[in-house]
Amino acid sequence: MQAARSQSSPARSRSRTGSWRPASGHVFVSGYVVLLALFGLVPALYSLYLAFTDASGKFSGVKNFTRSAKDYRFIPAVQHVAVYLVLWLVTLTIFVVLLALVVHRLTSRRTKAVLRFVYYVPGALAGASSVLLWLFVLDPAVSPVSKLLRWTGNDNFAQVIVPNHLPAVFTIIAFWTGAGGWIVVLYGALNTIPTELMEAARVDGANAVQTALRIQLPMLRKWIAYMLILSLAAGTQLFVEPQLVSQASFGIVGNDYSVNQLAYQYAFSQNDFNGSAAISIDLLIVALICAGFFVARGRLFETD
Amino acid sequence: MSQATLSAAARARTARPADRTRGSAARISSRGLITLFLLVFVAFFLVPILWLLLAATKSPSNLVSGHAFSIGSWHDLRTNWNHLMRFQDGAVKTWMKNSVIYAVGSLIITLLVSVPAGYAMAKMDFHGRRLLLITTLVVMLMPSAALVLPTFLELNYAHLINTPLSVILPFSFFPFGVYLTYIYFSTAVSADLLAAAKLDGCGDFKAFFYVGLPLATPIIALVAFFSFVGNWNNFFLPYVMLPGSGQYPMQVGLTQMLASTPTFNPVVGADAEVQPPELILATLLSVAPVLIIFLFSQRFLVSGLTAGGTKE
Repeated sequence: MQAARSQSSPARSRSRTGSWRPASGHVFVSGYVVLLALFGLVPALYSLYLAFTDASGKFSGVKNFTRSAKDYRFIPAVQHVAVYLVLWLVTLTIFVVLLALVVHRLTSRRTKAVLRFVYYVPGALAGASSVLLWLFVLDPAVSPVSKLLRWTGNDNFAQVIVPNHLPAVFTIIAFWTGAGGWIVVLYGALNTIPTELMEAARVDGANAVQTALRIQLPMLRKWIAYMLILSLAAGTQLFVEPQLVSQASFGIVGNDYSVNQLAYQYAFSQNDFNGSAAISIDLLIVALICAGFFVARGRLFETD
Repeated sequence: MSQATLSAAARARTARPADRTRGSAARISSRGLITLFLLVFVAFFLVPILWLLLAATKSPSNLVSGHAFSIGSWHDLRTNWNHLMRFQDGAVKTWMKNSVIYAVGSLIITLLVSVPAGYAMAKMDFHGRRLLLITTLVVMLMPSAALVLPTFLELNYAHLINTPLSVILPFSFFPFGVYLTYIYFSTAVSADLLAAAKLDGCGDFKAFFYVGLPLATPIIALVAFFSFVGNWNNFFLPYVMLPGSGQYPMQVGLTQMLASTPTFNPVVGADAEVQPPELILATLLSVAPVLIIFLFSQRFLVSGLTAGGTKE
């Protein structure tokens, strides 16, 4: 198992013998290890190599990073993504927590199940399909909520997707496809709170709001943090939404709105793979920090 | 729903029946508010889907002038369908076929690879097991989009760009599936059972085939579901890997149709290739398989997601 061996550090792997002996377990994991190497580790390492070299393959230090960060499009792209993330994470937290708590309090089990499913269904639409659907829903000419759009001062599609509106538009799309899944997760977490505890709170005269604030929310804290970290990591990768909006926007929205789009432009419009790799590494670091934080600190994933 | 969300769901414990609270007279008014709050969100989540279903049955002019929630006609639906099928000499059929090939091909490889791997990580002792588990967790928690451009650079180096393999192979790498099978085998297959099999003279391989695999049906279904849905809906990776229209999956094909729709691209002009209702029908077609799977697995989705997974 050459692949597994190369990833090992003797200090990390606790084992019974302390030397590398082949075992039948290695045969079982071999296929997965090959894929993990080819599509998890190698791309990341190859990116690193590209990010620190120039077009001719010579080592170039942090030149690619400084060059791409100084690009006049880079800071705006980071700002766009940051604004979207703040709006999206705040919206997500408030409404997912509220909906999970409210659905959990309902008495009819059937209603609860139906509601959880209804909130979850849009999860079936992701990627380009959900963005397209929302392009229509946000076009006052055909929208089922055109009155609402006109009432908020948007008479045509071009007014809806001005750059200032985009963080809100992307938040709506992301919430529509993703919130239901998190509602199901938090609902499940609420079910793990011992019934005796909830009973005791009620006997002590706590009402629904007090119970939510004093018992349920502290119990949910870990899950909310988990939701935020993962949504943050995924949100930094924003690509398909601005890409399609810019395509449909008559040039109102550029094709370099998000950081990932910029990385894409570097690779495919400018043939600058080194600069593209540098931006990819920037994003990869954010994602790795988020994931690493959880594996290191979170007690959600107890491995053994 | 993201992989990460699901991993959280997979960890949550089995639902207990919630405690029943009785509404007192004082709560009646707040009840109305709560109902309203829930219904607003029901509308938010459902109205776009309902509208999409209805809009596909309308003519282009009816779509603009008619009531948003009126039903079109069978005739208009057929006209839209025929136009859609004629788009670029039947490109839509090709794209749907590609989507099936990519999603199913990678699903098969994913299952072949992750079931034995998850089993070994849960039930066998070998060097590097813990390291592999931690690596799996880290990669699983990272958004898959983070590695798309790096993977492109790698496959470009290997001259695989614009081949089905450039999508199927990266899709087949599904750490979340390995993690799920690992969790499942940790709890579902008892050590005693395996010890008994060993006593009866089964080696590691026989024990896996005769004890582990027969018990794995539920987890195979679960991993298959997540893998299929995730790959079917994936846009960014095929968008980057497949420059040629003949290789597009439906998700990427939709963007090409968007570029030929006058509503969103005035340059196209009056004799546009794609009318809005046709694009709506294409969107519907692109989500139909997943939507149908969702509806059929409704019970397992909202309850099964939160069942099992933790080791007390």
